[in-house]
Parts: sequence; C-alpha cells; structure tokens
Amino acid sequence: MTDAKQTVLVIEDELQIRRFLRASLLGHGYSFIEAATGKEGLTLAAAQQPEIIILDLGLPDMDGLEVTQSLREWSQIPIIVLSARGQETDKIAALDAGADDYLIKPFGVGELLARLRVALRHVQRPNPEQTDPVFRVGALHVDLARRQVHVHDTEVHLTPIEYKMLTTLIQHAGKVVTHQQLLRAVWGPNYATETTYLRVYMGQLRHKLEANPARPQYLMTEPGVGYRLCLE
Amino acid sequence: MERPDPDALLARVQHDERTTAGGRLKIFFGAAPGVGKTYAMLSDAREKQATGVDVVVGVAESHGRAETEALLHGFEVLPCRSVEYHGVTLREFDLDAALQRCPTLLLVDELAHTNAPASRHAKRWQDVEELLDAGIDVYTTVNVQHVESLNDVVAQITGVVVRETVPDSVLERADAIELVDLAPEELLQRLREGKVYVPQQAERAAEHFFRTGNLIALRELALRRTADRVDEQMRTYRRDRAIAAVWPTHERVLVCIHANPLAARLVRTGRRLAAQLRVPWYVVYVETAAELRRPEPERDGVVQALRLAEQLGAEGVTLSGENVADEIVAFARSRNITSIIVGKSTLAHWRTMLFGSTVDALVRTSGDIDVLVISGKRAPPVSPAMSMPEADVSWNGYVVSLGIVVLLTMLGFLARNLYPTFAEANIIMAYLLAVLGLALRYGRGPSILASFLGVVAFDFFFVPPYLTLAVANTQYILTFIALLIVALIVSTLTVRLHQQADAARQRERRTAALYALSRDLANARDYPRLLRVSIQHVSETFDSKVLVLLPFGNRNRLQPWGSVAGWWSNELDLRMVFVPEQRDEGVAQWVYEHNQLAGAGTNTLPGAQALYMPLVGTQGVVGVLGVKPSQLRRFVAPDQLHLLETFANQLALALERARLAGEAEQAHIQIEAERLRNALLSTVSHDLRTPLASITGAASTLMDIENVLPATIRAELTQSIYDEAVRLNRLVTNLLDMTRLESGAVKVTKEWQPLEEVIGTALSRLDDQLRQHAVEVHLSPDLPLVPLDGVLIGQVLMNLLENAAKYSSPGSPITMSAEQRDHAIVVAVVDRGPGISPGDEQRIFDKFYRGTGANGTAGAGLGLTISKGIIAAHGGRIWAENCAGGGTRIQFILPIEGTPPDIEMEV
Repeated sequence: MTDAKQTVLVIEDELQIRRFLRASLLGHGYSFIEAATGKEGLTLAAAQQPEIIILDLGLPDMDGLEVTQSLREWSQIPIIVLSARGQETDKIAALDAGADDYLIKPFGVGELLARLRVALRHVQRPNPEQTDPVFRVGALHVDLARRQVHVHDTEVHLTPIEYKMLTTLIQHAGKVVTHQQLLRAVWGPNYATETTYLRVYMGQLRHKLEANPARPQYLMTEPGVGYRLCLE
Repeated sequence: MERPDPDALLARVQHDERTTAGGRLKIFFGAAPGVGKTYAMLSDAREKQATGVDVVVGVAESHGRAETEALLHGFEVLPCRSVEYHGVTLREFDLDAALQRCPTLLLVDELAHTNAPASRHAKRWQDVEELLDAGIDVYTTVNVQHVESLNDVVAQITGVVVRETVPDSVLERADAIELVDLAPEELLQRLREGKVYVPQQAERAAEHFFRTGNLIALRELALRRTADRVDEQMRTYRRDRAIAAVWPTHERVLVCIHANPLAARLVRTGRRLAAQLRVPWYVVYVETAAELRRPEPERDGVVQALRLAEQLGAEGVTLSGENVADEIVAFARSRNITSIIVGKSTLAHWRTMLFGSTVDALVRTSGDIDVLVISGKRAPPVSPAMSMPEADVSWNGYVVSLGIVVLLTMLGFLARNLYPTFAEANIIMAYLLAVLGLALRYGRGPSILASFLGVVAFDFFFVPPYLTLAVANTQYILTFIALLIVALIVSTLTVRLHQQADAARQRERRTAALYALSRDLANARDYPRLLRVSIQHVSETFDSKVLVLLPFGNRNRLQPWGSVAGWWSNELDLRMVFVPEQRDEGVAQWVYEHNQLAGAGTNTLPGAQALYMPLVGTQGVVGVLGVKPSQLRRFVAPDQLHLLETFANQLALALERARLAGEAEQAHIQIEAERLRNALLSTVSHDLRTPLASITGAASTLMDIENVLPATIRAELTQSIYDEAVRLNRLVTNLLDMTRLESGAVKVTKEWQPLEEVIGTALSRLDDQLRQHAVEVHLSPDLPLVPLDGVLIGQVLMNLLENAAKYSSPGSPITMSAEQRDHAIVVAVVDRGPGISPGDEQRIFDKFYRGTGANGTAGAGLGLTISKGIIAAHGGRIWAENCAGGGTRIQFILPIEGTPPDIEMEV
C-alpha cells in the first residue's frame, strides 16, 4: 500500500449511513468524500477522481445501474455497490455492468474494509499472472505459468474447463464473479444462461480442490449471484 | 290418580305457545246462512273497539241488510282488491294490505270463500292462517255445511253438495267458537221477509235447502259440533289436572281406500271417528296391479282422497302389493292400529262369492283389530269411454290379433288338407300360443279377442260339419268351453304378470333413483357439485326442468343459484334448468318464508310456472326447489310428490351439511386469524422492542459524557448494541420473508443444480452459529441434480441448521443428510437436543409458534413457517419427528420432475 491516502467516494442518500462510513473510513486512513444523489456523485467522481466508489443502489434520483453504466463509460474506478435484500436483480445487473463487488445492508465495518482492500489491490495489480505467476491461498497452489495445480503439495489434474474456471476466479480473486461473467469467460457468450453447467463443473472442481466439498474453504458460492475465490 | 302423559303435556304447552305467539282466531259458527253470524261478529267487534282495541274490517258481507250496514259504520274498512277474471271484475279481500296495516283485530267474513284465480291462496281460510301467523287476531264466520268432515253428511241431508269447505284443523285451531243459533222457524220467517241473502242463480237450490227438516238437521249438526268442542275443552281441562283416569292413548284408526267414489266418504268417516276418539289415524291405499289398471280418472280420485286425508290430519300412505288384505293387516300390526275402516264391497255378488272380497279377507285375518265396514252406494255409472280398461286404446293390437288368428286358421286348414290325420289338439295349441303371445305384447283386449276368434274359427273350420257353426258331436262343446276358459285365464294371468313386473320395475326405478341421488350427494362436498348433482337427478327422475333458489347475501332474499354463480351455462345441460319469471321468484320467496309447498299444481299460487318446494333441513328452510315438469298432471300424483319430497329432503340435508361445514371452517379460520393477529402484535411489541430497548439503553449510556466508563464496559456496551441490531435484523428479515411468501411475491426459480452447493453455502454462512457443534454431512455420492431455487432452499437449510444449533446443547453433533428416493430427494437435519413435545410435531410449523423447549432463545417462531412455505412452493413437504435416541429430525422432500439438461462433459 502506498502512503498517500486513498480517496473513497460514497454515493448514498441516507445521512446515518454516510456518517458511520465516514467515521470508520477516516478511522482506517482513507480520505472521504460523499454525495447524496446519483448526479452529484457522478460530478464528484469526475472532478475528484477517487480511488474507489461505494454506491448505494437505492438512490432517489437515478438507479444504481445507471450510475454504474455512466461511470464505466469513462472510468475503471472500482465500484462497490450497497444493496438491500430484495434488490437481487439490480445487484446482479450492476455487477454485470461492471461493478466490482457488493455488500448487503446491514453490513459490518470488517466486511466493508475487506471488500475495499480486494478491490483496490486489483487496481494496483491489474494482471496478477504477469507480476506473480504463482497464486497461493491456504493449501492451494496454482502455478499459472506452468498450468499446474497443487493441493497440499499433491498435484491435481484439472480438465481444461475446470482450469479455465479456476484461473478466471483467480483473476478476480476475492471479488465476486457473477454466473454470467464466469460462463462468458469459460464457455463463451452462447452459454451465458447455462448455469447448470457452471454448477456441475464447480462441484467437480470443489471435489478436486476442497478438503470437504460440502463446506468449501476456497470456492465460495454467492447465492443467486455467482462465485468468489476466497483470499483468507 | 295418574300423572299426565308427558307427551300430551308437551303438546298442550306447544298449543299454548302457538296460540300466544300467533294471532287468536274466533269463529262465529252457524247452522245455515241467515242466522246472523256477520251481525254477531260485528257486534262483538264493536264491543272490542269500545275497549280501545284496534279493529279493522277486512271483508264483511252485509248483503245489503240495513242492520248489518249500520253496524259496519264506524269501522275502518280495508279497500278490496279488484281482480279481472274472464271479463268480470271480482272484488277480493286484500291480504297484503291487511298484513301491511297489521291491526290488532281483523274481521274476515265467510271463511269458506274461494278466492279468485291468481290470488296467492286458493281459499280464504289460507289467508286467515297467514294473518294468524303474522300475529293478527281474526274474527271470522262459517256455516256448518262448510266444515270438511261434515260435508258429506250435509250433502246427504240436504241433497246440496257444497264445494267450498274449510278443513277441520282450522276450526280446531280456533281459540273460541261462538255458536250463532236461530230456531228454524225464525230463520224461515226471516227468509220470507227477504232478510236472508240468496244469490239469484241459487234460488232453486235454496228453496230445496231451506226446508224445516233440513234446517233442524243442520242446527243439530252445528249444535253437536259445538258441543263436541266444549266436550273436548272439558277433557283438555281434566287432562291438565290429571283428572282423567282412563284414556285409550294406544288407539289408532286406519282407513283403507280403493279407487272408487267411496274413498272420500271413507276418509271423512275415519276423520270423525278419529276425532271422537282423539287418536292418530292413517289412510292407506294399496296399489295393486289391478289398481294400476284402473282408468286415470279413478286413480285421480285416490289422489284426491289421499290429499283430503292429509288435509284432515291423517297420515296418507301408499303401499304396494298384490293382496290388499295382507298388506293392510301387516301395516296395521306395524303401527298398532286398533280399528280398520273399509267400505262395503261394490263388487257384484257372484264375484264376491267366486273370488272372495277384501272385506272378508280382512275380517278373517285381522285378529284382534276391529274392522268397521262402511256402507256405500253402488258407484254411479261411469261413462263407457271412461270404464275402458286401457286409456289409450291401440287398434294395432286388435288388428294383429285378427291377423294372427286368420293366419293360424289358414295354416291349420292347409295342414288339414295335406295331412288328413293332422291332430286338432295341435291347432288348439297354436291358438293358445297366439293368445299368450298377444297378451304379452298387446295386453288384455287383443288376447281376449283372439280367444273368442280362435274358438269361433276352430268351430267353423275344423269341427264337422265344416264351414258352419253347427256342431255334430256335442263333445266339442266341452272343447270350446275349455279352450275359451284356458285362453281367458292365460291372457289374464299373463297380463297381470306383465303389470306386476311393470309395477316392480317402477318401484325399483324410484328406489334406484333415490339411492343414486344419495350416493352422489354423499360424494359431493361443495355447493356447486351438490347442486349440479341434485339438479341432474331431479330433472332425470321427474322429467322436468329444475331450479334451486338459495338465500344470498342478505339472508332472506332468494336468488336462483345458477344465475348468480354463472355455472349453469357451461356445466349443466340447459334443458335441465329453467329461468324463473319475476312472479315465480316471488312465489319461491313465499315458499321460503312460509315453509309450504306452492306453485303450479297446488292450492297456493297455482298460477306459477313451476312447483316450488321448500328445502327443509334440521335447522329450518335452507332454500327452495323449483320443478317445472313436462306433464304437470301426472307429476302431482302423491307418490311422485312424496318421492320429490324425499329428494328435496336429501338435498336440504346435504346443503345444510355443506353450509355447516363451511361455517365451521370459517369459524376456524377466524379463530386462527385472531390468534395470528395476537401473536403478531405480541411479536412486534415484544420481540422488536426488546432489542430496540437494549440498543437505545446502551447507546445512551455511551453518549453520556459525564459517565466516564472504563474501556471494557464501553466495549461490552458496543458489542451488545451490535448483537441486538443483528437480532433485530434477523427478525425483520423473517417478518419480511413471511409477508412476501404469503402475498405470493416470492417467485420460485427452479434450476437444476447439485444439492451439495446449496448445503455448502448454508453451512459456510452459519459458520459462527455452528462453531460449537460438530456438523456431519452425509451425502450419497451419486446424488442427482435437483430442480430447486438455490437461494430459497439455502434459506430453508439455514433455518433448520440454526434451529438445530439453538435447540441443542453446545458440543452436541448436528447431522445433515440427503438421499434419493424414487423421483424425489429427501434431506434431513438431525440434532441431539431435547426433541419436540409430543403433539407439537405439526404446530411447530405454525406461525409464531415456539416449541416449549425454546429456552429463552430469541426468535419469532417464523423460521419453520417460512421453510414450510418455501418447500410447499417447490411442491414438496416438510415434517418433524423425534429421533429414537433423543433429539429432533426435521426432513423435507423435494420432487425431481422433468429431465435434467444434458451436460456435455469433457473427456
């Protein structure tokens, strides 16, 4: 991490939530700017160039998807969306439109900071394969250069699709990858709705990589949204 | 001294109740017109009016008499209703106006009056009954010749048949009968002075009627009738005070009638005897094959007699059988009858000698039952056309009969010529065979014709000398007689057999129809089905169009059922139902309110398009059945009417049952709704407020700057704010989920997926709660893909796991397993906690219900309810049970329907 304070832009209409976010983010060394509406947020994002944006999906003036799409037209600033339960489709739409991750209200500060860290790290290291060809988490070692996968130093043989799935998740390690994103990346755009494929192959992958496939440690499911490769 | 019979006492009390509840009836009773009944009635009413009673004259016939006119002065008189009838304007008593005016006392003259057609009731006494039921006191007048049970006696005395009669029951209902008496001489004097009103056209009859002898006899009848009533009052009085020592309560009278003109007379005699003895009585008609053969008008006579009997208070019964005496005696024994009344045989003497008579048979077999034989004049000669045995004479049969005899004769003649030795016996046999066949196919007439023709042809063609009717050998005379008798007997027996079979078939059809109805009704649970079934059966059995009217909304307004629900157009044959006219709806409404039969074919409102029968359940009238038969005349025969009544009863009971079931369910739902509302209130007030109170308290403590808290306490308070907020969140989430499930806002999006992933998600999301338990997951390795909504089923699993953790002690294991069973998958979550209290296995799935084992662990009691809702939305089922070794097992089953997508696997 750099010493320069990273700026977080919070676009959220609820004063109480902005207040608690300001307290916790300032306390954790971020600088903080805030907007109460979508328009104001877009203006601030363009003017202040924040390192990361926290975007509430339930804004009074425009919906979160629109804000995400507008932002993505000119910027790759990571976006974390905040959604309430019952906004599943909005959330997935925002993720598919380019948001990086999501949090469901109510959430704790711990979760928020973890999401921020992951998102910021991806910005700093856009291509992990090039900087560090070996990905490690727990007992899982993936040598991206040699295309070798080890669990507890035992080599595991993966099929091409399984390997492609794993590397796609590694590219976004720590972040949620929606079903659609994963399907497009592995099978191509024609398979974008065949979630059954995804689930069956994910099951196989877990059986090869996880100690207990029914209680996965690495390959986590985000119900109704997608998958996430755990970093801790 | 004997205590009064409780039944009798009860009847007495009911009588008192009725007379106090309804209006009081006073009858001014006279021996003949002109004795001054109307005058007496008006005088009495005037006295009443003087004491302040609200008196109104409904109808009073002054017949232009000055004294009567003078008395009418000063009374409020209801205007009459004008009725157009065949161009004549009739002035009738206005019942509706009277009911609306509702005076305390109403004067209605001439109780026996027959109303104009298209009035509500055929007879004025029915109007009076309705007035009484409405609580209005009535004064009325009646002459002795109009009393139903005395009608025939009067006719015998005076030779004048009175058509307008009043049932005895109306007189018995009267609270007071005042005899208006006038000596015959005085009456004749008044007649001479022109003070007695006599209609012009009846002058000749009146001449005959007003003879001293007649008047004396009528006066005696009236006096005796009044005396009978006084005597009865005396007896009632004695009975109330248990004075009577001897009372033949077990006496019962039976009147046996046939299809002959004596029937009505027998019924009246029975009524007089029963009334004198004050005992129940029956009128029985035995329907034999011979009776069925009788012409329609005679059988109608039986119908009339049975109706009369029921009007006079008897129970009318129709029995089926072959031997009248046997049937009567068997019935009499079953009902403890003590006296049987029969009419003297009207058969010719020789037939009685030959075949015996019913009376003889009765006397022989009746044992200790008295048999009273009532004399009767020979039946008046009926016109020949009416006495023909078959009403619809078909000439076909006779032509065929002739043809067959001719054919047989020709064949016989041919045979005789070809083979001279051809036996005569064969020809005789051929004729007999023809008679038998004709009897079976065409009935009595043609077969008898064939018998005679056969004998003649045999004589003419086959008995020497041939081709003459003369007979050479006198032995042949014997042959002829034998042949004729055998042919006649064969034809009679065959026809009778045929008719018996017909009668049996008819009875069986009735029984079968009734059985079919009750079976179908038993299977129908809801109104539409019940009504559909009934309409079908009634329509088919009675060859008529049917309508059921039920009270809707405002409970007293009837509406035709089908038109409201709109089902008859698509689910019923339109030929089975009819649409009531405005007027008919009124008739049905009247039937519903008065619990009486009315409409076409009855005395009440006969102008309606259909017959309306109240549907009487155990708790009153539930609706009205309208029947519009294709042939009205056949339809109102008492056996048909009784069958229809039975149908109506079945339907009424079924409707009542359905209604009660509905009401019970409604009540249950209401109780349940009430319970839920209470539970929701207590949940909202307690479960939401408690965490809020903690949060508010802890936060305000932290905010209090004067209170310097050590860091540990601050941390504790902060932690409790956090925990309570989490708890609040869970509760609100559950409430929201519940609401969404109930409102149907939850859409189940099924996708084929491995169960393992759903289980894994639930387990990892509950990491914190499950930390203190060892969770074992047993999944069979070959589990198929299951079509389910991963998010929702994940929520179910989380609820079950959370409960398992909550209700079992830390450290105890929790097991989760899944296996395939046929085309379904069964998932079980098992804990080692205290289990479910017996009887709670179902209730734990109820909203806001918390098991008794919930040891202070907070929760709204919604988790399992939500789970149940989700599983049900998947077409599955969830249930709970206690494990053998202690602990709870909650299982759910999800169907695996359809074919999973084909997944191309890599090689």
